[in-house]
Amino acid sequence: MAIGTLPTTAPAAPLSWRARAREILDRERVLGPLFITPALILIALLVAYPFCMALYFAMSNAFIGRPSHFVGISNFVRLWDADAFRQTFQNAFVFTGISVAFKLVLGIALALLLNQQLWFKRIIRGSVLLPWVIPTALSTLGWWWMFNSLYSVVNWTGISLGLMDPPGPNWLGQKYYAMAAVITVNIWRGLPFFAITILAGLVAIPKELYEAAQADGAGPWARFWFVTLPMLKPVLAVVVLFSTIFTFSDFNIVYVLTHGGPINATHLFATYSRMIGLESGRIGEGAAVSLYLFPLLVFVVWAQLRFVRRQAY
Amino acid sequence: MPKRKVWTRVLMHVLLIPFLVFALFPFYHMLLTSLKQDRELYDRYAVPLVIRQGPTLDHYIKLLTETEFLTWTKNSLMVTVLATSASVVIGTIAAYALSRLKFRGVNTFGTGIFVTYLVPTSLLFLPLAQVVNWLGLADSKWALIVTYPTFLVPFTTWLLMGYFRTVPKEVEECAMVDGATRMQALWRIVLPIAVPGLVCAVLFAFTLSWNEFIYALTFTSSSEQITASVGVTSELIRGDIYFWGELMAGAILGSVPIVILYVFFLDYYVSGLTAGAVK
Repeated sequence: MAIGTLPTTAPAAPLSWRARAREILDRERVLGPLFITPALILIALLVAYPFCMALYFAMSNAFIGRPSHFVGISNFVRLWDADAFRQTFQNAFVFTGISVAFKLVLGIALALLLNQQLWFKRIIRGSVLLPWVIPTALSTLGWWWMFNSLYSVVNWTGISLGLMDPPGPNWLGQKYYAMAAVITVNIWRGLPFFAITILAGLVAIPKELYEAAQADGAGPWARFWFVTLPMLKPVLAVVVLFSTIFTFSDFNIVYVLTHGGPINATHLFATYSRMIGLESGRIGEGAAVSLYLFPLLVFVVWAQLRFVRRQAY
Repeated sequence: MPKRKVWTRVLMHVLLIPFLVFALFPFYHMLLTSLKQDRELYDRYAVPLVIRQGPTLDHYIKLLTETEFLTWTKNSLMVTVLATSASVVIGTIAAYALSRLKFRGVNTFGTGIFVTYLVPTSLLFLPLAQVVNWLGLADSKWALIVTYPTFLVPFTTWLLMGYFRTVPKEVEECAMVDGATRMQALWRIVLPIAVPGLVCAVLFAFTLSWNEFIYALTFTSSSEQITASVGVTSELIRGDIYFWGELMAGAILGSVPIVILYVFFLDYYVSGLTAGAVK
């Protein structure tokens, strides 16, 4: 902080502009706020303000191209009474619950395998992570084709192996199969995130713990249950929280694969909100639909802040 | 190596096979479909897992000559490059301020960034569409360049804060004692040390904005403005007739830029994924 004492020996007048600017920029109280200003303006204008608008829309009868009036919470009440929304609400929990559970269990299994001595480590890790980096909307098109009612390669394989009776299920046209399909694609796309993050957690566990456990006569299962899992707990909590919020608010997979159909059987908050708000033009109701995501968001943020704060500081 | 160890190792690889098939098969099938001739593609009795009647580039040629695919890709590139550059710059200085400087409100702002990071895009797309209208950017790719930083900046800031914390404070203080200003210390000392973090931030921001779908679908619609993801998913599907060959060719080509980055920077993806989520 030697620079901070410079003003007493201020240089000659022609130079002082620059020098002064430099000197001011060296003060943390000046530079700090200056550096966060762009981010702050961005967040205020394009996140905080739209969020307030969403709150207002949700409590108005806004319709595309028409003046709106305040209607209180009647949008939320009307939605709750509508079968289509109830169905969406239920779908969101089924979709998220099953997807996250599968991703967690398979993710731990895959991470344990990736943590072994492998011959083609880089290629294997690269392949495992691939579904996560490819644009979801585009890769979901591939799944759409795989679940096609006439040419499904899934059904062809199932029939060839004798697992299905021809012609096999119409994946995207039947209620439960459609849900199974969107869940499968979500697991496919989210598993790499779980596996790689959990792998990083595994690598960080000190080897001595396993050696000590082995010396005490613990078998592989006991070591997993009493060493690995407890040590992984913070990582697992963070991953599950992250994934819950992003699975709950998923849009791409359902939009491309089923458009929410058949008969709303796979609609999630995001896709239903888009249908009501943009395709039918009832912006007020559409905004109310996406705000049903909000309580979950608050919970996840609260939980994350507790975990993350405890780890980072 | 003892025999038993080799066998466990083989077993591990065998156990990995189902995971690898699950991860890779969709891409294999997409590639296959895009290279098949229509005759074989729509033959319900043909084996769908191989190409028997010879590969063809017809679908790719049609995609490039008879659709606006190249325009969509250009749009995607422009949006991604501009949004990524702006976000990384804004994110870098914000991250530096948050991880290094002491000033009023630093903690509140840090929490605010983290909360914004967790806000899903599907929560705000309806009101943002209105804001985009007011800004006069309706149906323009500039709407995407302006809105993508809303999720890219919190992300890059959060990622880079982790990296900046690993640069020892003493290195910077030494430079400042030697007469460097704070800006010089940042530019000449801190940023060069944090290059891996910056590479990570650029890669992830690029990937996130290339893959973004819901904003692109909502804010743009005309063929001259849409991005590759939106173009392939909406313009190549007309009515009930699907052109599966072209559709799969579009999905493959639309992923190429990301795959190229991915092949070259795999290790950064792996390390960034863990740094971003665990920190």
